Amino acid sequence: MVISTEGLSFNFGSQQVVKSLSLQVPEGSIYGFLGPNGAGKTTTIKLLLNLLKTDQGSIHIFNKELQSNRISILSEIGSLIEQPAIYLHLSGRENLINRALLLQVPEKRVDEMLDLVHLTDAANKKAGKYSLGMKQRLGIALALLSDPKLLILDEPTNGLDPNGIIEIRELLIRLVTQHKKTVFVSSHLLAEVERMATHVGIIHKGEMLFQGSIKDLETISQPQVQVELDSTVDAANLLKKQGFLVTDVNDDHLSLPFTSKEQMGEINSLLNKNEYTVYSIRKVHKDLEKLFLDITQKA
Amino acid sequence: MGFWSAVLLPLLICLLLFIGFFSHSEKIAKLPGPMVWLQFAGAILAVMGSLLLPMLIIFIAYSVNNIEHKSETWKSLFSLPIAKWSIYSAKYFYALFLVLLCLTLFVLFTIGFGNFLSVLKPELKFNEYHIEKLLTQIYFKLFLASLGILSIQFLLSLLFRDFLKPMGIGFVATIAGIIMANLGWGYAYLFPYAHAMLTVKSLKPSNIANGPAVPQITVELFTKDIFVSLAVAVAVFILGYFIVLKKSVK
Repeated sequence: MVISTEGLSFNFGSQQVVKSLSLQVPEGSIYGFLGPNGAGKTTTIKLLLNLLKTDQGSIHIFNKELQSNRISILSEIGSLIEQPAIYLHLSGRENLINRALLLQVPEKRVDEMLDLVHLTDAANKKAGKYSLGMKQRLGIALALLSDPKLLILDEPTNGLDPNGIIEIRELLIRLVTQHKKTVFVSSHLLAEVERMATHVGIIHKGEMLFQGSIKDLETISQPQVQVELDSTVDAANLLKKQGFLVTDVNDDHLSLPFTSKEQMGEINSLLNKNEYTVYSIRKVHKDLEKLFLDITQKA
Repeated sequence: MGFWSAVLLPLLICLLLFIGFFSHSEKIAKLPGPMVWLQFAGAILAVMGSLLLPMLIIFIAYSVNNIEHKSETWKSLFSLPIAKWSIYSAKYFYALFLVLLCLTLFVLFTIGFGNFLSVLKPELKFNEYHIEKLLTQIYFKLFLASLGILSIQFLLSLLFRDFLKPMGIGFVATIAGIIMANLGWGYAYLFPYAHAMLTVKSLKPSNIANGPAVPQITVELFTKDIFVSLAVAVAVFILGYFIVLKKSVK
């Protein structure tokens, strides 16, 4: 495990913002840390970076205890927290050079990073004049500058346009698959995480509601039978009379919980016998967006 | 910003003074050499002790910390593999360097403009007396006297994001310090914000009553207010480090 926490808790005054969190981030994963705004994502990240002092519980990164190995652990981490922290009176390149001096990284890395995040053309422009997306990309370049093993990114696609989001996503996937990095990325957008993460943790009001691989998440979502046909309402009434549970009816399809393949066939023949034309009938996983809402609303 | 203020402030003030002396040279021409120098340097020193130096320190301490507050870079600085001690002390010593730089420039510009005046207006007897050593001693003492305030203001600016809190506290304390020093209150030497004023006040020549005779000024470097200033500087600096260590980075 690259990151492993146990019973991690944190209070802001009397309000507990992180509750007994046990994170398990395996090496080589893109770990999507999902949760609505205010769920405690940024607080957790600050705890992982030792910016906030842990009230209870323990944090191990690279199998080393965080408090007592702060500097050696931080030297392997690149991070981006909330809005990127850059000096607005300096140019993009100067920001990177400044950081390279602090980290004793060769200056040649600066140009590589500028190239990587497509800021070479704007390198000499004041960072204060950058668009939000450019600032975000500069922030990512700063995080990657020291070539860290673990990247911790807090909402890295915030404020980016669709192209920018795709670029970042591809960059992160490339870092993990080609350069054997581990990425811990927080987001409030499930669709975002779904497209790149290999592992997911869902946090709500400071509590971990789900943690596992993205496949585990798909399997806990209950599959549904979706039937596409005309006059869905009449068909739904017919199925209900026959003792089926119809969970959703709309203009072009109706849904029932999936129990078995045989049952799917039964539904199909029943509808056919009663002269409903079934355009399609298929098993679908509940979409993760809905699952996410279900999980977070239950809590 | 802090850097340029530390350079421009002495330049502007000495330049203004230069213009003042240049345009009123006939009045001053009657004075003997030492008095011309003392008038020239003393005009700056008088404000220096009361408001200028404390305000300059408040501003430098603020600007060194504000750059990180403004760019939200504290959190990224403290998540780098650098000891908190290094970040804190590097910041502090940069502020210290700026104060030293500014005071050094005051000495250099005072002497430089003085000599320049004596070239332009030989009737001013600038060349009759050499103030370099005395002036250096005075400014060095002022530097030592400013360390206590610097540590306090540095910590305040580190803790508070906005300008008003460190500025307000510093301003009120400076006024209080001036009043204490001017009233000659016995315990004024314990109050860091009074140290600059006390330093300047201690320069009053003993034989000023004798009119245009050459006044004798000696600088006693290590007086008890300087010791207090140094002690406060060290104590607050260390205290500040422990606060930084404990503090959560927002």
